[in-house]
Amino acid sequence: MSDHGMFGAEGSGDTSGYGGLVRSAASTGSSERPYGGYFDDVADDLERAYPDFADAIERVVVDRGELTLHVKREKLVEVAKILRDKLLFEMCLGVSGVHYPADVNRELHAVYPLLSMTHNRRIRIEVSIPDSDPHLPSLVEVWAGNNWNERETFDMFGIIFDGHPGLTRILMPDDWRGHPQRKDYPLGGIPVEYKGATVPPPNERRSYR
Amino acid sequence: MTTFSDPYASSRETTEGTVFSVTGGDWDSLVTEIGATKEERVVVNMGPQHPSTHGVLRLVLELEGETVTELRCGVGYLHTGIEKNAEYRSWTQGVTFVTRMDYLAPLFNETAYCLGVEKLLGITNDVPERASVIRVMMMEFNRISSHMVALGTGALELGALSPMIFCFREREKVLDVFELIAGLRMNLAYVRPGGVAQDLPAGALPKLRETVKELRRDFKDNDKLLIGNTIWMKRTEGIGYLDLAGCTTLGITGPVLRSTGMPWDLRKLQPYSGYENYNFDVVTADTCDVYGRFLIRMNELEQSLRIIEQCIDKLEKLEGAPVMVADKKIAWPAQLALGGDGLGNSLDHIREIMGTSMESLIHHFKLVTEGFRVPAGQVYSAVESPRGEMGVHLVSDGGTKPYRVHFREPSFNNLQATAAMCEGSLIADIIGAVASIDPVMGGVDR
Repeated sequence: MSDHGMFGAEGSGDTSGYGGLVRSAASTGSSERPYGGYFDDVADDLERAYPDFADAIERVVVDRGELTLHVKREKLVEVAKILRDKLLFEMCLGVSGVHYPADVNRELHAVYPLLSMTHNRRIRIEVSIPDSDPHLPSLVEVWAGNNWNERETFDMFGIIFDGHPGLTRILMPDDWRGHPQRKDYPLGGIPVEYKGATVPPPNERRSYR
Repeated sequence: MTTFSDPYASSRETTEGTVFSVTGGDWDSLVTEIGATKEERVVVNMGPQHPSTHGVLRLVLELEGETVTELRCGVGYLHTGIEKNAEYRSWTQGVTFVTRMDYLAPLFNETAYCLGVEKLLGITNDVPERASVIRVMMMEFNRISSHMVALGTGALELGALSPMIFCFREREKVLDVFELIAGLRMNLAYVRPGGVAQDLPAGALPKLRETVKELRRDFKDNDKLLIGNTIWMKRTEGIGYLDLAGCTTLGITGPVLRSTGMPWDLRKLQPYSGYENYNFDVVTADTCDVYGRFLIRMNELEQSLRIIEQCIDKLEKLEGAPVMVADKKIAWPAQLALGGDGLGNSLDHIREIMGTSMESLIHHFKLVTEGFRVPAGQVYSAVESPRGEMGVHLVSDGGTKPYRVHFREPSFNNLQATAAMCEGSLIADIIGAVASIDPVMGGVDR
């Protein structure tokens, strides 16, 4: 499945030339070895240091020169500790939530970019959890700096980080209802009149696919 | 239901429960009330409207005498929902949003975002060299203007008024450079996916050389005022201590990390936009304190000037080279023109699309209203901003709008170190410690 050209036209609708882009659907499978660069070393080291590797890591994805380990949520803390202590990923650069309402039973994703200053390496771990049970183990005990980031992700996506020392809202007011960056939370806005024409709010404008 | 009473808030009973009204009280009555209790402990709010907390930062301090026993930060007063809003705009419009996050380092926001979009598009290597050199030059100018605010306001907050005057004089020169090149002084939206919005105006390079010369001369005024100044040393040496272990576990980057002696600078270690082609040094200190971070910022100014000079040399050789990718399906169609009143539409371009070529009009219309499509996937791209690692996590679903834009803001992460730096110190030293972190609340709250 792929589209040709930047304007998304299929067949012969696009008369303005070929844009050079080949778009493929996001891969859902694991990447094949060799991953390239230091990614093979990271995977080998982790397999050696962590006997449960095959069970805990659902997929290993290499895309655009970045390595993503999809980890089961039950094993997240174990994997994080091994990555920090054995593979020397000393720094976790926060957590970013992503809401995929179409990904049934894996609607909420949490993405943790990791940095190893010793080896000058970067990888990413990703955990997917269902909307109906939005719990994740907190990584504050592994990387203390994740404290505010987890609060932000709770605030914006409603992911509950079990074991967090004080999971409260951080950016929105304490009595706010809902989690604003979820896809089912409307952006809001009002139509604006300009020179007699009405411009609809951004979330009601046409969306191009 | 238990009834609570609070010396800081009056309360009344309602059907829903006790309602507390937290208002500013009369200091005398508060002192009398506190005097009646046995406890020495006082809880004080510092901010969010406080001239010395670097913006709308609220610090909740628990004090014993003048010693801080516990400190908590309250943030979120400047939350603007930029990340959410960006999901409803095209990838190019996103630049205009993200430039407003950390408003003292707009070019770093833009560049980090655009590097991410380019990585998603797979055109990282197609960005013309001239565009990369301009990006580097603008970022280094921006680093100077940002450090000038950090130093000037930091000194002001500690009671030193004169450095502020010098720092803002220098910052003004940098903002003039921005105005010359991009037409705007802040929130430039100058860096675009695929390149930059507009080439340098004619005759810009000699002016830039002149500015570099003036800046190098005038930086000495601040050196003379502060380096080795006894009062300044007493307010900064040994204050806000945070060592390497503390930095790594709290995810602290930038000058705070480099003040522990760790030469961690993404420009050197994970170069982007061609930073590997420039000669410059990573400035470190080994004191782990406010003075060390101050020295790092002062010395980084000279390194930025060195990079800018190399950029100007390169730009002279690259005169007339393109500043936007060749792929017309990504490159923004309007070649803007810089007029007396700022950046505006190019009359030549309007003549072409309105008068001569219908295909150009269609092309322009499609690209501006729909935008370009970005292949599905996710990336993380990071740049070394004046405050540390500015990371961008971008997710695309293959459409013309971002599916998710997340900024890993260095201010947000670094601010977590406030408690570690300040607990056990005096109230007055909090100001110095917060100033040395240099948080920008627009970036913290996004």
